[in-house]
Amino acid sequence: MNWVLLLEQTLNGFQFGILLFLLAAGLTLIFGIMDLINLAHGSLYMMGAYFAATFTQWTDSFLLGALLALPACMLFGVILERIALRTLYTRSHLDQVLATFGLILFFNEFVRLIWGPIGLDIPLPGLLSGSVELFFGIRYPAFRLVIIAVGILVAFLLYLLVSKTRIGMLIRAGASNRQMVSALGININLLYTIVFGLGAVLAGLAGLMAAPIMTVEIGMGEEILIVTFVVIVIGGVGSIKGAFVAALIVGFIDTVGRSFLPDILGLFFSNDVADTAAPAISSMLIYILMALILAIKPQGLFPPKGA
Amino acid sequence: MNFSPRTSIIALLITGLGAVPIIAAGIDEPFYTVLFSRMLILSIGAVSLNLILGFGGMVSFGHAVYLGIGSYVVGIGTFHAIEDGVQWMGNGFIHMGIAVGVSALAGLVIGAISLRTRGVYFIMITLAFSQMFYFIAVGNENYGGDDGLSLYMRSDFAGLLDLSNDNTLYYLNFVVLLASLYISHRLTNSRFGMVIRGTKSNEQRMKSIGFPVFRYRLVAFIIAGAICGLAGVLSANQTDFVSPAVMHWTRSGDLIIMTVLGGLGTLFGPVIGAVAFLFLEELLSGFTEYWQLIFGPMLVLVVIFARGGIDGMLVGLDRWWNRLNIINKEGDL
Repeated sequence: MNWVLLLEQTLNGFQFGILLFLLAAGLTLIFGIMDLINLAHGSLYMMGAYFAATFTQWTDSFLLGALLALPACMLFGVILERIALRTLYTRSHLDQVLATFGLILFFNEFVRLIWGPIGLDIPLPGLLSGSVELFFGIRYPAFRLVIIAVGILVAFLLYLLVSKTRIGMLIRAGASNRQMVSALGININLLYTIVFGLGAVLAGLAGLMAAPIMTVEIGMGEEILIVTFVVIVIGGVGSIKGAFVAALIVGFIDTVGRSFLPDILGLFFSNDVADTAAPAISSMLIYILMALILAIKPQGLFPPKGA
Repeated sequence: MNFSPRTSIIALLITGLGAVPIIAAGIDEPFYTVLFSRMLILSIGAVSLNLILGFGGMVSFGHAVYLGIGSYVVGIGTFHAIEDGVQWMGNGFIHMGIAVGVSALAGLVIGAISLRTRGVYFIMITLAFSQMFYFIAVGNENYGGDDGLSLYMRSDFAGLLDLSNDNTLYYLNFVVLLASLYISHRLTNSRFGMVIRGTKSNEQRMKSIGFPVFRYRLVAFIIAGAICGLAGVLSANQTDFVSPAVMHWTRSGDLIIMTVLGGLGTLFGPVIGAVAFLFLEELLSGFTEYWQLIFGPMLVLVVIFARGGIDGMLVGLDRWWNRLNIINKEGDL
C-alpha cells in the first residue's frame, strides 16, 4: 500500500467533503425550514463559479473576484427565492421537484447564452498555485489546503450563527415548528429569505472555490447536486451536524474509493476483473452506502428532532 | 357514451396517433413517423410511471432505469448476435421477455429497499438507484461504456414483424401503448388498484383496515418497472443506439414532467403529456437554439398555475361545456 498516496487522497477526500458540506448545509437548512426540495441548489453553485470567473477577469485578482462573487450569489439567491420559490413552499414535493427541475433547465441554458458553451478556467494567484510541504517531504497543493481551512472556518461560523445568535435560534425554531414561530410574531417570510440567501452564499462559496481546481462548465451543478442530496439524506434531512458528518464520510469514501478500489478488489479477484469492475463500483460506492444506511435507518444518521 | 369535449379530444388524439404513418407518407414527411414513434415510446414509459406516481403517490425519481434496462437488453443481445453469431440473442420476443423479467427484478430490489422510506427520502433513494445503474452502464467497457453501443440490427421477430421498416416499428409501439393503457385501466379499477389509490390518499387508514400496504406498493412498483422495460426495448430499436444517457437522471425527470404535464392519475394524461412534451421540444428547438430558456420557466408556470395538467384543463373545458348546455336548455324553456 502506498502511504503517501493514501494521505494525499485522504486530504483530497476531506477537501471534497468540505465542498459538499458547504452545499449540503444550505440545502438541508432550506429543506428543514421551508420544507422545499430545491434541485436548483446546484445552479447556485454553478453561478458562484461563473460569477467568480467573470469578476476575476474584470479585476485580475481571484481574491477580489471571489469577494465580489459572494454578494452576487446572495443577491441572485434572494431574487430567485422572491420570484420563483416562494410560491412553492406550500406545494407537494412533486411540484417542487418539477418546478426546480425547470429552473435547472433555465439556468443551464441561461449560462450557455451568456458565457457560451465552452468551459472556463480560472487561473490561481501565484501565491496559491504552488504546493506546501506538509511533513516528511510530502507536498500538497496550497489551494486545496485553503479550501479545507476556509471550509472549517465557515463550518465553525455556521455553528456559532446557528447555536449562539438570535437569528440562529429563530432558524432552529423554524426548523422544528414553523407555525409556532410565525404565531409568536416573527416575520417568517423574512426568515425564509435570510435562510435562502445564506444557503445561496454557501453554495456560491463552494462553487467559486471548486472553480480553479475543476473546469467551470454547464452542468457542473447537477453532478455535485446529486452527491449533495446523498449527503443530506445520509445525514438526516434538516440536520447541519448530520450534513457535516455525512459530507466528510461521502467525500472520503468517494475519493479514496476511486483511487484504491482497484487495489482492494485486486486482493480478492484477478487483476482483469478488478480493473474492469473498479471504475463502475467506485462511482457507485456512495449510492450503495446511502441505500445501506436508508435500509437500516430510513431517516438518516441524525434525524432532526420534532420532525 | 358521453361525447364531452374532453372525450372527443382524447379520442381524436388516439386515432390521430394511429394514423400518423399514413399521414406522414401522404405528405411525404417520414420524419414525423420517427418523431411520433418516440412520443409513443415515452408515452408507454409515462403510463407506467403514472401507475405508481399518479395512482400510488410514489414519487420515483429513477424510472428511466427501466428504459435503460430494456435498451441494454436489446443492445447487448444484438451485439452478441452479430459479433458471436448467437442467433437467439437477436430475437425480439426473447428481448421483450428478458427486458420485462430483468426490469421486474430490478423493480423488486429497488422497491423493496426504497419503499421502506417516505417523502424526500424515497425520491432521493430512487434517484440513487438510478445513478447506480447509470454508473454500471458507464463503467461497462465491454458494451461501449460511456460512448454507448450502436445497433447494427433491430430486434428480430422471426419473420413475423420486420422492424427495419419504421412504419412496422411505429405500429408495434402503438399496439404496446394500447396494451399498456388497457393494463393501466384494468389495474387501477381493480381491487388492487383501489388499494393502491387508497394508500395514496391515506396510508395510515389503509394500514388500519388491515391491508399490507408495503406489499401492494411493491407489486405496483414491479409492474410499473416491467412495463417501462418494454418501452426500453422499443426505444433501443427506435434509435438504433444504446448509451448510459437513456437512464441519466434527467431522463427520469423528463418522464415525471410528461406524467404531470398530461395529468397525474388519469388514464390518458401521460400520453397527452408525452406528446405535448416532445411537441414543445420540437417546436421550441426549431424556434431557438436556447429552447430550454423558454421551456424551463414554462414548466415552473405549469406547476404553479395548471394543477391537474393538460387533462385538468380538459376537465375544466368539460365543465364550461356543461354549463353552456344547461344555459342553452334554460333558454329553450
